[in-house]
Amino acid sequence: MRKLLLFSIVLVTGLVFSGRLFYLQVYDTSFQKLSENNAIKIIYDYPQRGYLFDRNGKLLVANQPSYDVMVIPRGVQPLDTLEFCELLKITKEGFITTLKKARVYSPRLPSVVIQQLTKEEYAYLSEKMHKYDGFYIQKRSLRDYQVKHSANVLGYIREVDERIIKRNPYYQMGEIIGVQGVESSYEEVLRGVKGVKYIQKDRFNRDIGPYKNGIFDTLPERGKDITLTIDATLQKYGEELFINKRGGIVAIEPATGEILALITAPYYDPSLLVGQERSKNFTKLWYDTIGKPLFDRGLSGEYPPGSPFKTLTALIGLQEGVIDTEEKVWCRGGYTYGRGVKLRCHHHRTPLSMKGGVAQSCNTYFCTVYRRTIEKYPSPQEGIDNWKKHLSSFGLGDFTGHDLPSGKRGLIPNSKYYNRYYEYPKYKWYATATISNAIGQGEVNLTPMQMANFTAAIANRGYFYKPHMIKEIKNIDTIPQKYTTKNTTTIDPVHFGPVVEGMFDVFNRGTAAHLQIPGIEICGKTGTAENYTKINGVRTQLTDHSVFIAFAPKDNPKIALAVFVENGYWGGRWAGRIASLMIEKYLKGEITRTDLERYVLEGSLEEEYAKPYSGEPFRINY
Amino acid sequence: MAGGKGKIRLDWLTIFFYVALVGIGWINIYSASLSDSAAGLFDFSQIYARQLLFIILSVILIIFLLAIDAKFYERFSSIIYIISLASLLGLFLFGNNINGATSWYSFGSFGIQPSEFAKAATALALSKYVSDIQTNLSEFKYQLRSFLIIALPALFIIPQPDPGSALIYSAFIFALYREGLHFVYLLLGFFAAALFVFTLAFGVWWVTAGVILIALSIYLKNRKRRPNLLKYGTLTIACISFAFSVSYIFNNVFEQRHRDRFNIVLGKETDTKGIGYNTNQSEIAIGSGGWTGKGWTQGTQTKGNFVPEQHTDYIFSTVGEEWGFLGSIIVLTLFIGLILRILVLAERQKNQFSRVYGYSVAAILFLHIFVNIGMVTGLFPTVGIPLPFFSYGGSGLWGFTILLFIFVKLDGSNFVNS
Repeated sequence: MRKLLLFSIVLVTGLVFSGRLFYLQVYDTSFQKLSENNAIKIIYDYPQRGYLFDRNGKLLVANQPSYDVMVIPRGVQPLDTLEFCELLKITKEGFITTLKKARVYSPRLPSVVIQQLTKEEYAYLSEKMHKYDGFYIQKRSLRDYQVKHSANVLGYIREVDERIIKRNPYYQMGEIIGVQGVESSYEEVLRGVKGVKYIQKDRFNRDIGPYKNGIFDTLPERGKDITLTIDATLQKYGEELFINKRGGIVAIEPATGEILALITAPYYDPSLLVGQERSKNFTKLWYDTIGKPLFDRGLSGEYPPGSPFKTLTALIGLQEGVIDTEEKVWCRGGYTYGRGVKLRCHHHRTPLSMKGGVAQSCNTYFCTVYRRTIEKYPSPQEGIDNWKKHLSSFGLGDFTGHDLPSGKRGLIPNSKYYNRYYEYPKYKWYATATISNAIGQGEVNLTPMQMANFTAAIANRGYFYKPHMIKEIKNIDTIPQKYTTKNTTTIDPVHFGPVVEGMFDVFNRGTAAHLQIPGIEICGKTGTAENYTKINGVRTQLTDHSVFIAFAPKDNPKIALAVFVENGYWGGRWAGRIASLMIEKYLKGEITRTDLERYVLEGSLEEEYAKPYSGEPFRINY
Repeated sequence: MAGGKGKIRLDWLTIFFYVALVGIGWINIYSASLSDSAAGLFDFSQIYARQLLFIILSVILIIFLLAIDAKFYERFSSIIYIISLASLLGLFLFGNNINGATSWYSFGSFGIQPSEFAKAATALALSKYVSDIQTNLSEFKYQLRSFLIIALPALFIIPQPDPGSALIYSAFIFALYREGLHFVYLLLGFFAAALFVFTLAFGVWWVTAGVILIALSIYLKNRKRRPNLLKYGTLTIACISFAFSVSYIFNNVFEQRHRDRFNIVLGKETDTKGIGYNTNQSEIAIGSGGWTGKGWTQGTQTKGNFVPEQHTDYIFSTVGEEWGFLGSIIVLTLFIGLILRILVLAERQKNQFSRVYGYSVAAILFLHIFVNIGMVTGLFPTVGIPLPFFSYGGSGLWGFTILLFIFVKLDGSNFVNS
């Protein structure tokens, strides 16, 4: 016993210490983190964001330096709050809340106190900042917009919030992220890669050199410049034409799918979302629920397409062989599809074959073609699904695959949709129940982007490239493969000829004869789309939308576009004029018809937009 | 006489442990004290260079220690003890105050700390006294004298003030127990320590209640045997008054820093910035080592000097951080192995003097390691004592070298008592 006591105590002590070491070093992993916290400081080096250019190399967006006041809560020493707040021109309460928030976010990572100081403010503050431990001024690069247009295309950047940080740990408080437009879709290309330096600290929080001789450090990598497909001149002109109107334009180069112009109105100056006024301006734009300037109508506005859709009805009819180019259809003021039910038509020559039908936009003609298309199949369900198959091949009823972050699917109904709607098989439904689809009314809804896309497909006589904004990323040769892949429609190329001729006649002697451009062969189609809204809970029909699709020149087309003017009444009145001017501007570079231009620039639809609130009657086309 | 002059048979296993510990110790001191301004391995402004010098001098010291006849240590133990006591007393007159403690004699830029050598001297004197044929540890007279031999140097060291080093002298009780001291002394020691800790942890009133409850239950259980009520009463009152005196000493005699150290270990305070800083940083350093550590000279805590006194008392935290769990276990195994080896050898001695001395060496090393690693890993209050063979310091290294190699020599000669 006497021999063994110390021996045993020594052994037991050895075991206890081993256990303690195991607990500290292996079992409890929190010490690693603690060690990093107090021994290593991380410093980020922010690269410049990539520039944006238009298709002709014109600089659209550059950078400007900006200065943020930052705080690292752990380093804050007791300070004269009143004096400091006066210096920063903020309220004491606001300052205390900011500081509390920063502490909650992280005591050792920087948070923003004030963002985007002016250069003068920076010069003044930078002298005094050293007095306040834990606070410093961080230089950042902000956007410097060289143009006043295209805010919807370019998008904007803003400081990340906690939600974004949680989702994407690349970002830290105070960093910048693109949230709309190209800034968002090409965020990873534009932002570059931030550099990281790990600095080792001693117990007095002093730097004692790089951690592990800097083997983990990385250099910042500048964001890549991007060339967009848009034409700045056209873009600017389009916005000017939309003064005091609402709607959008989407212009595409048919041969490539490049988006030449993407306009939404009302629009705003992109510079509004930079600088200290940013949040004030943003709030104003965000809460404009009537004009909705932040809503991109070109991409997300879902409208009944109206008459331009007839071109597709014709193409499908030809492909399905239910009509040929010669057959003439009588129109007696409308299409009667049931006992005493008539879809009305306007006055025009009759009977008309396909070419004339398109040019004169005869409702009766297209209702006939549509009904035959559906009724070719044993059941209307099969007929509708087959019809939808053709439309889908034009990229309708789904996202077009463009490279901007917003967008809508539109709606091309299928048999399921109608079965649910009409409660099939309890009730049956037939082609005539869906007859409005023939003329682009009824259930069909398209975005202007989709309309421009099918126009481009017609211009190409049967194929299209997915519309896109990206033309070139600097130092990278390729753009995503999906934008260089040809998409073929289900319509045989031979069927496009007659429809294109019809669209050509729209300008020669049809509904847009007054919109010819001397020396340019344009093909187009007007549209006057009925639309409804709820006013005080009552479904009310509003003044028709003015719609227009066109491409030019007729052979080897350079531009295909869709114009949508909300509540603009006749298609030829506003949308057609705007389309015609846009085409001339793009193809000729100048406008010869100055009267026409003045008419559009000076025209206003504000009175029309006030009607739902003023109670004046709407103008509706029958 | 034959053994003393016989051929020397050294225990190479003990020497291996010694060399390994001193070597690993130096490697870690190098890392803990590394700075950019170093001019080379022999730039004596650098701590690791000085330690290297101390190690080289230790080798000379070892040769010297092994060359001396083993009987010398027995014969001159009393004189060595008296010289050692004198050197401790001399500190009060000629000592140099470094870091608030008058524990040093200064010779130029080097200092000598006599308390480090006094351990070996006390061990020799105690061994000599206990192995005396007249000494009988079951008698109170001899017990008292043995305790006096141990207590004298400790009493001289406490007011330096260096209570940590003085604490180490309690290790000799293990050697005395081996030689026949009644078990009750050990038990008393443990019991006093337990009461001490409980009083601090739970307060004097809870301990009083607990003591009364336990005494009462034992008494009631043994009621049929008609226990002596007086005996129970005396013991209970003794325990309670001990608890009260602990409470009194703790609150009135201890300084605040001592109180803080205990409170932190007992979990009563979590102060990571002030007094608990050392322990906390040391735990972080060790804990961040993981399985295999951050690699030699790669410890971020070590490099940032987060752990104070890292090259001396807290050297083990460098091991933990840079060599991880595996490295720590290897070092711990070397220490435990060395102590167990000494105990095994001590039992083998043919004479009582060598055995008592061996036990003393093992017990002193053990208590050092127990207190030091306990402190560094946050199990024990902060008590400033070095890790044997490991911590930086010439006096410490030489003191332990002398302590150990006298035993190696005694073991090698293995003579029979004269």
